[in-house]
Amino acid sequence: MKFVAVSSCPTGIAHTYMAAEALEQAAAAAGHECVVETQGAAGSSPLDPAVIAAADGVIFAADLEVQGRERFAGKPLVDAGVKAAVHDAAAVIAQAVAAVEAAQASGRPAPVSPAAPAAPARVVGTGTRIRQYLMTGVSYMIPFVAAGGILIALGFMLATVAWGQNGAIEVTKVDPSVLWTAFEWGNLQHWSVLLFRIGATAFGFLVPALSAYIAYAIADRPGIVPGFVGGTIAASVGAGFLGGIATGFLAGFLALWMVRWNVPKGVRGVMPVVVIPLLSTLLAGAATYLIIGPPMKAINDGLTSWLDGLGTGALVPLGILLGLMMCFDLGGPVNKVAYVFATTGLVNATTSTDRPAVIMAAVMAAGMVPPLAIALATAVRPKEFSEAERESGKSAWLLGLSFISEGAIPFAAADPFRMIPSFMLGGAVTGGLVMAFGSGVLAPHGGFWVTPLISSPLLFLLALAIGMVVSAVAVLVAKQIGRNPEEEALESAESLAALAGKR
Amino acid sequence: MALPLITPELVALDLQADDRDVATRALIDLMVAAGRVTDADGFHADVRAREAQMATGMPGGIGLPHARSEHVVAPSLAVGRVLAGVDFGAPDGPATLIFLIAAPAGGDSDHLKILAALARRLVHESFRTSILQAEDAGAVADIVNREVVPS
Repeated sequence: MKFVAVSSCPTGIAHTYMAAEALEQAAAAAGHECVVETQGAAGSSPLDPAVIAAADGVIFAADLEVQGRERFAGKPLVDAGVKAAVHDAAAVIAQAVAAVEAAQASGRPAPVSPAAPAAPARVVGTGTRIRQYLMTGVSYMIPFVAAGGILIALGFMLATVAWGQNGAIEVTKVDPSVLWTAFEWGNLQHWSVLLFRIGATAFGFLVPALSAYIAYAIADRPGIVPGFVGGTIAASVGAGFLGGIATGFLAGFLALWMVRWNVPKGVRGVMPVVVIPLLSTLLAGAATYLIIGPPMKAINDGLTSWLDGLGTGALVPLGILLGLMMCFDLGGPVNKVAYVFATTGLVNATTSTDRPAVIMAAVMAAGMVPPLAIALATAVRPKEFSEAERESGKSAWLLGLSFISEGAIPFAAADPFRMIPSFMLGGAVTGGLVMAFGSGVLAPHGGFWVTPLISSPLLFLLALAIGMVVSAVAVLVAKQIGRNPEEEALESAESLAALAGKR
Repeated sequence: MALPLITPELVALDLQADDRDVATRALIDLMVAAGRVTDADGFHADVRAREAQMATGMPGGIGLPHARSEHVVAPSLAVGRVLAGVDFGAPDGPATLIFLIAAPAGGDSDHLKILAALARRLVHESFRTSILQAEDAGAVADIVNREVVPS
């Protein structure tokens, strides 16, 4: 028999090539032929499509997501992992032979849908798979967060120069149409609007990209369209990044289910170009609007009336509560309730020492904690984080200072159960402290760049710093809890692949 | 390539080590002495991190600690024979032959190709046996530099 294989490993210098050599040798020894594409650090020379076409079966000896797996669609597949191929290549070859024979015995011709990933003969643990999907989504989302967040922050900074201390507020009020109707090249205000608007647009792709590439990891190309559409709707119904994760999985599995349909030959040609995009997008979009949307509204209404009912008597507990909410979903529904609660209160405030202004300051400071905590954690313990995370951590300084809580989403989305509680702890500390210190601000955003507008600014920064340190310590402690080596290998594998820009 | 993958001073024919950390460190120290690694602690941490992900022990008594690291000057191999064996997490028991592979972090593709060729040779039992039976350090270096040829 003829086989094609793909090998890859976390470091990309040893096991990738050992697996390739071992598979080639073992196949030859058993009277078969195996051609291996090594997706390692030295780059990979892709398999000749003719060789793939002639192959009876496919072997994945890969610890990274296989690049271009759609090339092998429809062929019997053994998904063995790199270690198995290195340690016992003969067994892997035997498994592949058995898979080919089983496919032939079932008599049904292999499905020919061009973009369908074939069903793996050996299923990797569900937890690992889910994590792999999340990591893929996050790795594609990170550049949007970095580009958008940094541009917004630069826009704020330049606005502070162009307008003075109110700049970060003014820049958001300017109608963007000025950019294409009345742009003045020498006008710093216009430049800051330009930076802010481009940044905000890039940032708008955050949830859609997360959703789209989670779906892509699950279903390959057919996942992208329903993933993007579902994610965009999730953002528009206010479901935040957690909603985006939900739509990503939904769209991915919908698309995967559809590519596996056994349809009459005549229809197969139009499946990937018309039928699957149409149906998967329809279903994913409808589910997002009709099933994910309503609870968001309920959460919003319920929490808002609950918050309003609490009153603003006990400021410190309220600060703790708002801090917890701000850091729970980083731009999602719960975060938004807390934020809107603070901003709507501002109409009753006239000076920055009024109660509503203090509440606003507590909310703003708490929202700055997660990205700053991540930035600090990656700076003091770089070894605990993957290369991509360290890079994300650096831009998180700027995002945190600009009150862009979303800067922490790459971390929260990749590891929600460890990260979110750590963020919430720091947010609660900062929210409570700001209330206790009585710092207030009338500006609804701007973060560090509106410090001149804050009453008792030094105490505000102190509260922020304490929460940041608490949260960073919590992040580092949480990373030690219940980790398994498989997870770590996966993480560094993903980040290497993301850095190599090969995904 | 200016520097051969391995030289006789990177071979330890009779390494004494109780665990893989000590064995790895001994080989790292050889690389530092040869000027191929700039920071023993830093490189060791990188190797440990890789080892923690997935043990590098292989059937047949092989331990294969390795890492790409900013502390590495040139692609290098150090070989240690531990007659008593030292555990590298392989399913079939301790490793008697330890290959430490050091790859520069910013390695260009020529660097990486020679390491790929090395990895491919390591799979062959004949290659491993000839190293295990080599008479002296010079012979080990000769075998490696002769057989590991980038494709």
